Amino acid sequence: MSASQEHMLWMYEKMIEIRLYEETMAKVYLEGKLPPAIQKGLAFDIGSGPVPGEMHLAAGQEPVAVGVCAHLRTEDTVVGAHRPHHFAIAKGVPLKAMTAEMFGKETGLGHGKGGHMHLFDPAHKFSCSGIVGASMPPACGAALAAKKRGKDWVAVAFFGEGAANQGAFHESLNLASLWHLPVVFVCEDNKYAISVEKTDSTSVSSDADRAAAYGMPGVRVGRNDALSVYEAAAAAVDRARRGQGPSLIEVKTDRYLGHFQGDAEAYRPKGEVEELRKHDPIPHLGEHLRKLGLLDDAMDQALRSRVESRVAEAYDYARTSPYPKPEDALHHVFH
Amino acid sequence: MSTARKLTMAAAISEAIGQAIERDPDVFVMGEDIGKYGGIFGATGGLFAKYGRDRIMDTPISETAFIGAAIGAAAEGMRPIVELMFVDFFGVCMDMIYNHLAKNTYMSGGNVRLPVVLMTAIGGGYNDAAQHSQCLYSTFAHMPGLKVVVPSNAYDAKGLMNQAIRDDNPVIYMFHKGIMGLPWMAYFEGSTTEVPEDNYTIPFGQAKVVRAGSDVTIVTLSQMVHKSLLAAQKLAQSGIDAEVLDLRTLVPLDRAAVLQSVRKTGRLLVADEDYLSFGMSAEISALVAENLDSVRLKAPVKRLAVPDVPIPYSRPLEQFVIPQVDAIVRACSDLIKAGKPEAVVA
Repeated sequence: MSASQEHMLWMYEKMIEIRLYEETMAKVYLEGKLPPAIQKGLAFDIGSGPVPGEMHLAAGQEPVAVGVCAHLRTEDTVVGAHRPHHFAIAKGVPLKAMTAEMFGKETGLGHGKGGHMHLFDPAHKFSCSGIVGASMPPACGAALAAKKRGKDWVAVAFFGEGAANQGAFHESLNLASLWHLPVVFVCEDNKYAISVEKTDSTSVSSDADRAAAYGMPGVRVGRNDALSVYEAAAAAVDRARRGQGPSLIEVKTDRYLGHFQGDAEAYRPKGEVEELRKHDPIPHLGEHLRKLGLLDDAMDQALRSRVESRVAEAYDYARTSPYPKPEDALHHVFH
Repeated sequence: MSTARKLTMAAAISEAIGQAIERDPDVFVMGEDIGKYGGIFGATGGLFAKYGRDRIMDTPISETAFIGAAIGAAAEGMRPIVELMFVDFFGVCMDMIYNHLAKNTYMSGGNVRLPVVLMTAIGGGYNDAAQHSQCLYSTFAHMPGLKVVVPSNAYDAKGLMNQAIRDDNPVIYMFHKGIMGLPWMAYFEGSTTEVPEDNYTIPFGQAKVVRAGSDVTIVTLSQMVHKSLLAAQKLAQSGIDAEVLDLRTLVPLDRAAVLQSVRKTGRLLVADEDYLSFGMSAEISALVAENLDSVRLKAPVKRLAVPDVPIPYSRPLEQFVIPQVDAIVRACSDLIKAGKPEAVVA
């Protein structure tokens, strides 16, 4: 199915928003982590600055998030991984509360308790986890709930190619297929599980081939391109909505940054990222839209201004929001 | 044989492993990102380049498979060292750990030996939230069949790793990220120490008095040793002489050393970065309670630990739940006050 004009423009704008969001985070994240760290005899101080802890950014992987989420409604469930921002933004999680969470603020999605790998937004049916492979079983559960209630809702589990070697992947595919659950399993193959290359971790070249073992369709999208992902996702989401069961989509995508910010990436061949960036999916879709006459300079400019103000507002909100009171740490162990 | 050579804890662990690989063809290492990367926390730094992929094996993210494989290889007489990155991740393969690694020796009536070293990172303090910041040593010490080693400095880290590799039983070896000497995390300088090049071992079950004192005993381990030493310095300024006992291993536990110290000081604070309830602090407290016939306490036992909440992300929240130096100072001061008779007001 080819994308509607509305969907193509939405994907383009969302990809720009995700990229700007992640690039801004990459800068903000460095605040307080370098010069003060060097004074302390460190190369980098992960615990300093307004956004401490680990940070996994998704620049380059935008097509996976927008190509799939373009087909989703608010009532569809998305479960993401430890690199979750692109999925969250594409699913409609409010930027302000999401950013405030990463700043550890009271106004954050989880009142500062979760942080960047643990974003929960029940209103937009979005969650994620810092444990590799943990997105798939809960997505099966969401799909089971939809089926039991007679809804045509879909659940999507996003995970990396490293996670496809987890038991949770195989168990979830089997369960989803056995129970004909409306789940779409979406594997982001960015080639690296932290430092370990897919060729050193996975016995088959394509995880999509593994779908056959569980009696479900498996498709590999070989290009990091929103329209290609969109087409594959159209079939899988439609199949799930019509009660025909689960599917697996694997997308070859590109991680432009380290596994986490501060990763020295010594395991990566020199020049690899520069080469990948030549095939940036955002200008690629922009060109396509221009050729179709759906985008011109003025529209592009207007769209970028909109995105810039949304992202700037989110970061301002996060910065200026108050921290929770220390003793609030004791609340919410139970509801 | 004394050398002035100082190593970080990460380098000391890596050196112990490298020497074991050279001395024993049955030793090999498995884990996630332990190859080219050298371990996310540096515990296998430099080993891949030196010993290659047959001895230093990057694994898929398939913990049930590779922890289980360590069990199978060990049962065949090999001596696998396995890294499972964060202790928080153990849940994905807990069955292999607590139903097999911990129990097969017992269920075989002692006929199966499992010389596996399972190493992992513990601890918070750098805002990595609830799935990357736990200690959980009490959880594993609670399950019979696993030795639990938790070093606080580079010298001990190497000696205990050497001992762990030679032990014929499963050993969980837990290093706190905040004392490894990583270039990307503030740490306690005291954890980087002189480390001899030879293959010395430190026997399990021997706690160490890292600071002798007469007024109050602080029983602790891992990063909290360093916080306790800083607290002891502060306490000394107000005339309180604290003794700091580094347990070094939880299983086996040096019960005699705890009792000996508390007999001397009459006061006990357990300083723990794990959860409060049903944990290490309860065990140490119970030990003293069970020996009150021979230990005269001048004040009730005190415990400092994470107050039974998952570790929160936000900095003020995390700093609040993980015991800090000031909290140790306050707790010890309270113990001293509690031991003194109230002034009688006419």
